[in-house]
Amino acid sequence: MMNFDYVRPASVADAIAAASEKGATYLASGTNLLDLMKGGVSRPSVLVDVTRLPGLDRIERLADGSLRIGALVRNADLAHDAEFARNYPAVAEALLSGASAQLRNAATVGGNLMQRTRCAYFYDAGSACNRRWPGAGCDALKGENRLHAVLGWSEGCIATHPSDFSVPLVALDAVVEIEGKAGRRELPLGELHRLPGETPERETALERGDLIVALRLPATAQGFARHARYIKVRERTSYAFAVVSAAAGLRIEDGKIREARLALGGVAAKPWRAREAEQVLAGAAPDAAVYREAARAALSGAKPSGDNAFKIELAQRIVVRALTLAARGTPDRIAALPGSPFSSVAGA
Amino acid sequence: MNLPLSLTINGVRREIVLDDPRVTLLDLLRERLDLTGTKKGCDRGQCGACTILVDGRRINSCLALAVSHDGAEIITIEGVGRGGELHPVQAAFIAHDGFQCGFCTPGQIMSGIGLIQEGQAGDDPERVRECMSGNLCRCGAYQGITEAVLEAQADINAPKQRRSA
Repeated sequence: MMNFDYVRPASVADAIAAASEKGATYLASGTNLLDLMKGGVSRPSVLVDVTRLPGLDRIERLADGSLRIGALVRNADLAHDAEFARNYPAVAEALLSGASAQLRNAATVGGNLMQRTRCAYFYDAGSACNRRWPGAGCDALKGENRLHAVLGWSEGCIATHPSDFSVPLVALDAVVEIEGKAGRRELPLGELHRLPGETPERETALERGDLIVALRLPATAQGFARHARYIKVRERTSYAFAVVSAAAGLRIEDGKIREARLALGGVAAKPWRAREAEQVLAGAAPDAAVYREAARAALSGAKPSGDNAFKIELAQRIVVRALTLAARGTPDRIAALPGSPFSSVAGA
Repeated sequence: MNLPLSLTINGVRREIVLDDPRVTLLDLLRERLDLTGTKKGCDRGQCGACTILVDGRRINSCLALAVSHDGAEIITIEGVGRGGELHPVQAAFIAHDGFQCGFCTPGQIMSGIGLIQEGQAGDDPERVRECMSGNLCRCGAYQGITEAVLEAQADINAPKQRRSA
């Protein structure tokens, strides 16, 4: 790990000033950043520790019915908040399907959104990677790429975004609150992460110094609480990133799907909202045929970036599974194996 | 760059001056405070051997910068027994053969203590396994580990239930 200067500002304004310097980066719990620094992938010259900034660790209901989650709320605290889990069950399930109990105890909401891809070539300082070194090329393109992207990738980068949490969030129209040199602004979560295109090194829409201070779920997000699931296929049952995942939320009235939300994880450089599939589902009776049609629509633009054509079929099956389970009804309690299609709990 | 910090480790307050901000809690414990019960396995947050309690919560000490935890209360495996008596989770690991080589055991035990305090798993072995998935055991003693955590949890919770009955 390269050496760095450590600063712990007392206010958001001081933090932004410190992080606006070249080479500086924010430190929250560090569960991803320290790993990257140990591997020589990230080499910040200054770490700006934001963990003591006041007022960013609260969950609050706002007057308009939306929920505001401070960026320093820990993943475990959010997932185990009973009211949160009741109102946004797919988000809680996604959180609990990610990482390990130890990591969830440390990791923050803001840090989860800002975590980097787990592409092995990005992590290996000896491999060519356009994210790490613009113009270097992409060793993943001709390498071990069965877990790489099938949607929205470019010849420059085929990495995926690893967050489970952000998948149901993007389906529920979450908004990110950002403080920066120019003041406060908001961004739909769906616009935070960028597809690689010609500039894979620009992973998010944030500018230097920008700090995520909160995440907001609009009042409408609770409308899907009775029919919401997050389903995640992994290469082992627990403590693994998604090969493919799907978050599904349905509003079912009088035997018809009034509104559907669907997003996919593990398939692209960003959490992938499947609006075409939502349109297929809206107004339809909840049955297997329409789920399959929605799944085809969700993956209609997919193409393999390597040895991963199987993910296109797998993703469709996971979409069908997530919709089927969501329509059946949100379980009273999150399954023993959160997100797992192999859970032994009935109905999971 | 001198970085002063104050930590309470196993009930003892320690004033520490770091000369390097890169020191993790794990390296501080092992290399500078001679508390080598906490193990370094992968050093990358993948194995759980370095699990300790920080302010009552289990975390991976290899992914925690010491300087960022100024003021924290830390419990390590050295601090869980009382006056020569084993912690119930320690005793249960022996009773259930929850280890073979023993390298992962301090992390397993600290994780088990954290799990019981979190109170999310109940008496469901599948939930216990899921909540212990951040602790790898290359000897494969998972059956004994799960039984040990379940028994220790029952032991720890039993007096409370009697009192409330």
